[in-house]
Amino acid sequence: MNALNTLTAHDLLARMQQGECTSESAVRAILDAIGRVDPVLHSYLTVNAEASLTQAREADAARRGGDDRPLLGVPIAVKDVLNVRGQPCTCASKILKGYVAPYDATAIARLRAAGAVFVGRTNMDEFAMGSTTENSAYGVTRNPWATDHVPGGSSGGSAVAVAADEAIAALGTDTGGSIRQPAAFCGCVGLKPSYGRVSRYGLTAYASSLDQIGPMTKDVRDAALLLQAMAGYDPLDSSSLPAPVPDFAAALKTDLKGVTLGLPREYFVGGLDPDVERRLQEAVAVCRQLGATTVEVSLPRTRQAIATYYIIAAAEASANLARFDGVRYGFRAAGSEDPLSLYKRTRAQGFGDEVKRRIILGTYVLSSGYYDAFYLRAQKVRALIRNDFGAAFEKCDAILAPVSPTPAYRIGEKSADPLQMYLGDIFTVPVNLAGICGLSVPCGFTAANLPVGLQIVGPALGEEAILRVGHAYENATEWHRRRPGSESSARQE
Amino acid sequence: MGEYLTTIGLEVHVQLKTCSKMFCACSTDFGVDPNTQVCPVCLGYPGSMPVMNREAIRLTVISGLMLGCRINPQSKFDRKSYFYPDMPKNYQITQYDQPLCLGGGVEIEVEGVSRTVGLTRIHLEEDVAKNNHFATWSGIDFNRAGVPLMEIVSEPDMETPAEAFAYLQALRQLLVYAGVSDCNLEEGKMRCDVNVSLRPRGQVELGTKAEIKNLNTFKGVFNALEFEIHRQADVLQGGGRIVQETRRWDADTGQTYSMRSKEDAHDYRYFPEPDLMPVVLPPEVVKEWESALPERPRQRRERFVNDLGLPEYDAGVLAADKDVGDYFEDTLRYVKRPKAVSNWVMTDVLRTLSEQNLPITAFPVKPEALGELIELAETKVINSNTAKQVFGIMLAEGGGAKAIVAARGLAQVSDTGLIEKVVDQAIAENPKSVEDFRLGKDAALKHLIGQVMRLSKGKANPQMVGELLGKKIGRG
Amino acid sequence: MPDDRKHAAAHMDVRYVANLARLELTDSEAQRFQGQLDQIVAYFDELREIDVDAVQPMAHATVIQNVFREDVVRPGLDRDQVLANAPEQASDLIRVPKIVE
Repeated sequence: MNALNTLTAHDLLARMQQGECTSESAVRAILDAIGRVDPVLHSYLTVNAEASLTQAREADAARRGGDDRPLLGVPIAVKDVLNVRGQPCTCASKILKGYVAPYDATAIARLRAAGAVFVGRTNMDEFAMGSTTENSAYGVTRNPWATDHVPGGSSGGSAVAVAADEAIAALGTDTGGSIRQPAAFCGCVGLKPSYGRVSRYGLTAYASSLDQIGPMTKDVRDAALLLQAMAGYDPLDSSSLPAPVPDFAAALKTDLKGVTLGLPREYFVGGLDPDVERRLQEAVAVCRQLGATTVEVSLPRTRQAIATYYIIAAAEASANLARFDGVRYGFRAAGSEDPLSLYKRTRAQGFGDEVKRRIILGTYVLSSGYYDAFYLRAQKVRALIRNDFGAAFEKCDAILAPVSPTPAYRIGEKSADPLQMYLGDIFTVPVNLAGICGLSVPCGFTAANLPVGLQIVGPALGEEAILRVGHAYENATEWHRRRPGSESSARQE
Repeated sequence: MGEYLTTIGLEVHVQLKTCSKMFCACSTDFGVDPNTQVCPVCLGYPGSMPVMNREAIRLTVISGLMLGCRINPQSKFDRKSYFYPDMPKNYQITQYDQPLCLGGGVEIEVEGVSRTVGLTRIHLEEDVAKNNHFATWSGIDFNRAGVPLMEIVSEPDMETPAEAFAYLQALRQLLVYAGVSDCNLEEGKMRCDVNVSLRPRGQVELGTKAEIKNLNTFKGVFNALEFEIHRQADVLQGGGRIVQETRRWDADTGQTYSMRSKEDAHDYRYFPEPDLMPVVLPPEVVKEWESALPERPRQRRERFVNDLGLPEYDAGVLAADKDVGDYFEDTLRYVKRPKAVSNWVMTDVLRTLSEQNLPITAFPVKPEALGELIELAETKVINSNTAKQVFGIMLAEGGGAKAIVAARGLAQVSDTGLIEKVVDQAIAENPKSVEDFRLGKDAALKHLIGQVMRLSKGKANPQMVGELLGKKIGRG
Repeated sequence: MPDDRKHAAAHMDVRYVANLARLELTDSEAQRFQGQLDQIVAYFDELREIDVDAVQPMAHATVIQNVFREDVVRPGLDRDQVLANAPEQASDLIRVPKIVE
């Protein structure tokens, strides 16, 4: 029998339903795996061993009593940016040291209601700002495929926990690619839902008009399963969409007959790592074999998306992070004689470099005399980018794209040059700017055996379409079953 | 001050009468223990999100309609960034370029002259927390943080402290009438920032202004303006220049002081609040609210004169305060005698309120009881002295007028036979006064009436007593 | 457009902006950030190539409006919880260094 920690959520649920295993045994397998590999990988910031075992035993008792909630007893890892009642929520920042969340994020409350077990909190770039998980105040997370490489970010801890079988599934958040890119770097599935699909209440905000919570899983069916539990209108989040939630599992088909896939002209014009480009072309071919027709589409403002994104995200972040001031919670710098120095010293000592850079940048683009030239202009370009996608989706059901121009790179390789790092977000930020949805699925490996991800982009509330494409694709391939290191041998159907 | 023209503009912050806060479900109750009406949203906890209170939007629009504003068909909220310990998120959610209400005006009267002070806008925002200061530290109570606050911005349209004072009174009156706020100054539910500048006569463009922040009494506004106008005039006369700055009024010393802490960097970095969606008010909803607007004080005054026949003066006093007007009209439901009720309210009721420092809503004699008393007095069941006595009993002990009169046998005696007996007794006991009265001394009659009233324990009808004495003594 | 002229000459005063954001910077931080941010701001020039004159700015990723809650009171947090999260507290208040107005 496969080690329980290697299972997908739907496989684990099937086994628990058959009485072949318990949630407690699954949680123990997860805790064992964490004990074995996490000293090297460092995907978790905190592990709730006792609490998750208690939750698991409760889930097992409930199941014996006939309870069959959709995620009953499934161990899930949570990115440290989401508030879970009674747990710390540091956002991988020193400034939130000591803060204990007094409430559940809505997504957490819904997963809790569905029966999920919260195993622990995963590492990330501080306040979700970064693409490598190197910007954590609590140490780097390593890519399980090559431990001197970054796992991507900002949800790097969640991606690694899933890829290294230290969790059945995980939650990430995606403001400019922070679910999809680490999923691609680590070889797991990552879904960024449409803006407004999943409530942001309880997600510590980085850029409010861009942030979304989404699942990071071992296959597309699990992504659908977790999304199903979290999606839907929430009166506590005014930006959540009052749209009905479809049955996502019902959208999962094994062929792509009648599906039109768009290939953006601007995405395949050089600049891509050759291995990445080859894997993408192969993936496109697989989709055609499954019955999809492909059509060229144009997203003319692709190049400007990065500037647009970094202006808007930094502006919103500068306000969102103003609350971290050492007054009401978290870290407070010692020895300040007046509030002003308390603020300046707490924030100087509490934030890392990347957060400081984005706060300064965001403050600048909103400041008097620069608002129109930067922020307002970016808002207008954002509207054009959204319109470009609107036009593209008139010609196709979903768009196929790279997730990142490169595979994972070495730790430290880009950390001195923020602009170079930002340029790596070119294929993910447009999706957040437009408020639409995107799915990253494993589509092969580079010569150096690093995973490559295929991005499937859908229109707003078009999750059914991208889940269908992703599921059909992975059903026809084996990439998502590959696992790094020694754990991978134990993993088979 | 002759060579300078003064320009005054006011920003008035009014706490709206909602049960819950602007963006969360915490209570807005005043005077509870510190930090007991707080939640993740109003504490600015990580991950919390605001949701607009529908009632606060409605009350702001009602205020705008009451003050003759145009209601903005599309409105939005923005973030205003500045760091201060009373500000949980270090930005305030407020309205920058699309407020709920635009324009409008408030009619004021100063020294018999009426004019309208123009309004620029009314917008809605969240209040900040309350800082408490101690010798070596400050402590913050977040109960007030997030309470809905309406900011009414006037045009720089006033020239004297008296105009500013009249504006605040008229504004308060209208808002209380509209039922949008109780405008309780002691509880800080109406606070005022004042902008004032001077310019030489003949100069068109306004001078450099100073802003005086957080005045919480109308008298304070008046005094602060008087002081500030003199201060600026002195500076200008001495050849100096006014610095644009924020100043603080100290009521104890009667002076304004520069607030250096607020000097730094007025760069608020406004941008649209991404967590809140635009407010789009359909015209039919605004129309419906407009048709349900309460009566304005001025309309009420006119109605009191035209429909109830009250003198202008009475109508003005009774309509000035909404609660007093309501008390008056409630009393009228029990006794249909407007002038009599007006007399009672304007004298005994208002005097007692000011002596006991009570709001009329807490007055122990309720409209029904007062109405009963007035009816008894007006139908001569009791005489006016007894009426005052009964009023005193109702005030001290409660109870209805009829019951008190019955229980204490206070009804006026108009039985000729009974009165005659007492009159005879008084004549017999006061021969000197009888003689004096015969000789034409009117004071003697008053003395005799007094004796009769004493003997009747105040119950005899004084008019009948007078007539009978005249007849018996032979001067009638 | 006057703002565009300013943009062309855009040079961020990192220390001034950091002060607005209440961030104390060491000299070496200020120097490092200045270089990095100048590069990033220069990159933002990309946006000047696009004609946006007729475009309505996009503040939200969705087009919903009028999202309200009813004026109903619900219990919030226990004070003990709130004070326990505060770095310093006294007399049921959240304590800060003395505010001088």
